[in-house]
Amino acid sequence: MTSDSKSMETSNLGTRKRTLSRGPILNNLILHFRPLTVPEKTLKFTLTWGLGGMATVLVMLLIGTGLLLKFVYQPFPDKAYDSILYLQNHVLFGHFIRNIHHWSANLLVIISFLHFLRVFFTGAFHPPRQFNWIIGLCLFFIVLAANFTGYLLPWDQLSYWGTTISTGTLEYIPGAGIWLKKMIRGGEDIGPGSLRIFFAVHTAILPIMLGMLMAFHFWRTRRSGGLVIPRSDGEEIPSQPHRVSTVPNLVLRELVVGLSLIAIIFLFSVFFNAPLGDPANPGLSPNPTKAPWYFMGFQEILLHFHPFIALFFIPLLMIIALLSVPYFKYPVNTAGVWFVSSKGRHMAMYAAGTALIVTPICILLDEYVLDFTGWLSGLPPVVSAGLIPLGIVLAGCFWFHLVLKRKFAPNKNEMVQMFFVLFLTAFILLTIIGIGFRGMGMKLTWPWVG
Amino acid sequence: MKKDKQKRTSEGESPHDPSKRSLLNKIWIGLGIFALIEFLALVIAFIRPGKMASRSDDSDTIIEAGPAKRFPHNSVTAFIRGKFYLCRMEDGGFLALSRKCTHLGCTVPWLEKEKRFSCPCHGSAFDIRGEVISPPAPRALDLYPVFIENNIVKVDTGKRMKRKGFEAKQLVYPKKV
Repeated sequence: MTSDSKSMETSNLGTRKRTLSRGPILNNLILHFRPLTVPEKTLKFTLTWGLGGMATVLVMLLIGTGLLLKFVYQPFPDKAYDSILYLQNHVLFGHFIRNIHHWSANLLVIISFLHFLRVFFTGAFHPPRQFNWIIGLCLFFIVLAANFTGYLLPWDQLSYWGTTISTGTLEYIPGAGIWLKKMIRGGEDIGPGSLRIFFAVHTAILPIMLGMLMAFHFWRTRRSGGLVIPRSDGEEIPSQPHRVSTVPNLVLRELVVGLSLIAIIFLFSVFFNAPLGDPANPGLSPNPTKAPWYFMGFQEILLHFHPFIALFFIPLLMIIALLSVPYFKYPVNTAGVWFVSSKGRHMAMYAAGTALIVTPICILLDEYVLDFTGWLSGLPPVVSAGLIPLGIVLAGCFWFHLVLKRKFAPNKNEMVQMFFVLFLTAFILLTIIGIGFRGMGMKLTWPWVG
Repeated sequence: MKKDKQKRTSEGESPHDPSKRSLLNKIWIGLGIFALIEFLALVIAFIRPGKMASRSDDSDTIIEAGPAKRFPHNSVTAFIRGKFYLCRMEDGGFLALSRKCTHLGCTVPWLEKEKRFSCPCHGSAFDIRGEVISPPAPRALDLYPVFIENNIVKVDTGKRMKRKGFEAKQLVYPKKV
């Protein structure tokens, strides 16, 4: 694949001449990251939805605005909040810059998540792109970490308590948990040490890691011959796809997507301010205290399972499952085919529908009917509130998989996708419920009440 | 790679015995890993919160709560500076409870009407002895050591003690006058 695209590049002299005539600066800069030509079919918007490009643009916006913010922000508990107020009220465009940074960061979580879904559902993790899936996952974790470390910096009630309960979860990691929590907090509680550490990690370590891994991510994409070439189920992977020159075909499209995105974010930032609550008060936890929204899925799981299960066991299983996605032995390479096959699409719909119905039922049951800790009070809570409910959920999933197996007789590709959709839908639903349907004291309410 | 190696040795570019060279390579790799571990340990030691950071802002961690008779039986008094509650039981025993929920570390307020601590974060509740009334909190509120000198109640906020549940021996009584 690699040598293929290279030979195409060099043999296609006509294209090279045309691009060279666009001047050495443009040529050097753009073509340093890009091949001279790209397969024409990969330019189709509905293959990528421009998501990877959007994520890149957002990162650039974040670095730009972040550098500006660094000139005003002061990472000390008694000064941080005031420096944000100063930024918003006395610095020209200060509020605007903060809004852009805030909304871009939140959008980046969504966009990179969607990008991850796109890559999964087009089978873009099959060889030779296996390792790039891993890099992509690492990038997603870095994006989450960057968002999370940035969350503390305004030092308001929201950030102080959100960070307190999120880092509090580390305590449940067996063995090193307490040590790790103290290390990350820079002391017993969220305090000056935490702010110093979070600031350093947020403004230096994570951006550097992000930049390096992004370069690696792009390079791997290029080395595997560019993007997956879209095709329908049953079509062969084309070995000699028709190629067109990168400038202007790809670059122009990227510019359109990137500039539109920037315009939308700027407009949004004019009308919607980044939230800033009361200054942090360690003596008063607001009710309800919620983790940042991208952790709400875990917070919702935490309401139903013992912390050890919810905060250590389940995340560990999720990470292992996600990392091993490209390394299962698949019978078919479905790179470029949306949802594996029509059967795969069917099964995915079944899984999504089931998760949509069963997840709320389970939550309601656990909230109002089930009481494992009460019924099984003789057992340790890790078992009664953790392993037993988890076992029931997993047994339910296993039974569902048996039913689908009988109904569809699917291959492994389709089955893996089914499980992915099942858990994904459930997790997204849990996140939505955690964000919108939890009120005072984490009781279930409607989002429009109170 | 392998071919390369063979070629080189056959051409005599490397005069050394291959087995000796591989031993040297191993030593180099071993030294490299050792250096890496050393480096990591150094970084961790550098970042780790030292004794200065883990100590609270005030260097003296012992807080004088006041004369014992000032605290009525079956009452809870909050000490903002020491971040604890001083609870006095029905029978006159004292207990200093950490105000941090044992679930995820939110600050638990005392609800006088309901006679219980209630965590706003995930709805855990504790009674006056710090025992869990309703989960998800996994264990009772942490304790600080209480001691009574000359009928003055003092609390050492430097030593937070974890416990499974309430035991009678945790209570501290003033001397009968």
